[in-house]
Amino acid sequence: MDPGNLALQYFLSGITKGSIYAVVAIGFNLIYSATGVLNFAQGEFVMLGGMVAVTLAQFVPLPVAVAGAILAVAVVGCLLELLFFRKLRHHSILHLIIITIGLSIVIQEAALHLWDEKVRSLPYFTGNEISSVRVFGAAISPQVLWVLGAVGVSVAGLHVFLRYTLKGRAMRACSSNPEAAMLAGINISNMRTLAFGLSAGLGALAGCVISPITMTHYEMGGGLAIKGFAAAILGGLGNPMAAVVGGLLVGVLEAASVRYLPAAYNDVSAFAMLLLVVFVRPHGLFGAPAGAQVREH
Amino acid sequence: MLLQVRNLRCGYGSLEVVHGVSLHVAAGEIVGLLGANGAGKSSLLKAMVGLLPAWAGSICLEGRQTRGQPAWRCISNSLVLVPEGKMIFADMTVRENLLMGGYHNPDRNLQLELVLQRYPRLAERLHQLGGTLSGGEQQMLALARALMARPKILLLDEPSMGLAPRLVEEMFAEILKMKDLGVTVLLVEQNAMATLRIADRAYVMETGEITLEGQAADLLHNPEVKRAYLGAAGREGWEG
Ligand SMILES: Nc1ncnc2c1ncn2[C@@H]1O[C@H](COP(=O)(O)OP(=O)(O)OP(=O)(O)O)[C@@H](O)[C@H]1O
Ligand SMILES: [Mg+2]
Repeated sequence: MDPGNLALQYFLSGITKGSIYAVVAIGFNLIYSATGVLNFAQGEFVMLGGMVAVTLAQFVPLPVAVAGAILAVAVVGCLLELLFFRKLRHHSILHLIIITIGLSIVIQEAALHLWDEKVRSLPYFTGNEISSVRVFGAAISPQVLWVLGAVGVSVAGLHVFLRYTLKGRAMRACSSNPEAAMLAGINISNMRTLAFGLSAGLGALAGCVISPITMTHYEMGGGLAIKGFAAAILGGLGNPMAAVVGGLLVGVLEAASVRYLPAAYNDVSAFAMLLLVVFVRPHGLFGAPAGAQVREH
Repeated sequence: MLLQVRNLRCGYGSLEVVHGVSLHVAAGEIVGLLGANGAGKSSLLKAMVGLLPAWAGSICLEGRQTRGQPAWRCISNSLVLVPEGKMIFADMTVRENLLMGGYHNPDRNLQLELVLQRYPRLAERLHQLGGTLSGGEQQMLALARALMARPKILLLDEPSMGLAPRLVEEMFAEILKMKDLGVTVLLVEQNAMATLRIADRAYVMETGEITLEGQAADLLHNPEVKRAYLGAAGREGWEG
């Protein structure tokens, strides 16, 4: 294979993983905008999505299993908000963030007990592990197209929801000015629950489409949360669409480091990027300098 | 009685700032609530809509007790608070701001037409972000947004704050026009003279208590009102 094609191959694999980071980063953003909390259990939604779908797929057709997993994990997300964050609203944001880290550990342990430590995966949505399609001369798995397609459609859907529907606009209103949103009659508690549900459901979708490529494992959520976080910070917190760019950048950078750096540096790229952004451009590539998105209550 | 508040107490932490206030507003009235800085006017309004918990007392809207309701429920009782300061959605367009005001109004698109006819300056800026409007335009947007809910009663917290004198005049004229719309107004203001000129009745609040009440025309010539202001706010409120 010529070097150009090889580079393209790496680039595509970076975009694929990056799109998953993008989804996690969008989840970070949705919850951050609605509640001011950085939810480090975000990666667990991806893991749970894959796990539930693999289990369901033993009994029902694949599309039903995926839909069921998204729904189930969305419900888990809503429940987390109702059981923990709604009750603990008056604690400091830092407390709540630490609670999300605790929750992510609890969810991992629960998954370990519910399932086991085995690596599992969903079947390829179309074809199998050796089928490939050619894109600009590079051979890629059709699953990559599924990933990019699913992420693309859900991001576009989210965009339309937030921009053009009453509920979506209300959600933005809540993050723009919670007090004014309340005075406009918006039940901001329910909007927060919705934000958790949406983030969880999107994460689960990502967990399903990526499962045939990267496999699903009870421990996978932690790393995803960190990389998704890096992507969210890179894009600038408070802007879900910028998170997409952030995610893709982190993914491509990671793929490049796999290609050009010793294997030991693979995970370092995301962190290096995170640190660089925090020092050089703390408000992200697209964020506004003054973090006026969320006021605490 | 459209709005009846009895012995309302509220505060922050363990500090009580409103010490048992009673007031009432009848349908169709414009009622002023005057008082120097820190008298507790904003706190009282917040407690009335549920943004701040009321510690004691009662709040009745058209005879129904609303104390203890979450703030987002207020609007379904046709009571809308336009809070102090620039409380618009800065990163949403003017149109989106207005639509949010009509969140509970099923006829919000129709209402949007009506509101825009009333405020042509907002109509010109429909797709501009709220945060990029001038201070006066933002204040107008806040008022227009409140009208999107077709309220029976508006609580206005210092709508003239930070406006240039000409705009202050416009704002008061605008509030007076609420009468034609059939909207009742409880108006909190520092600008005592202007308020008493457009109001039917008024209350004067000092350090968390109502110390004077009466017909606006009478209060206009009452030296006690002046004294209430001179204590903390100087002569500005009186002469402005
Ligand atoms: N969030 C808060 N926490 C603690 N104390 C507060 C808070 N908000 C207001 N206060 C206090 O409550 C008292 C009444 O304040 P409030 O804002 O109700 O006065 P006001 O009459 O609206 O004054 P102004 O005319 O300046 O707006 C003040 O002493 C103020 O310091
Ligand atoms: Mg005030």
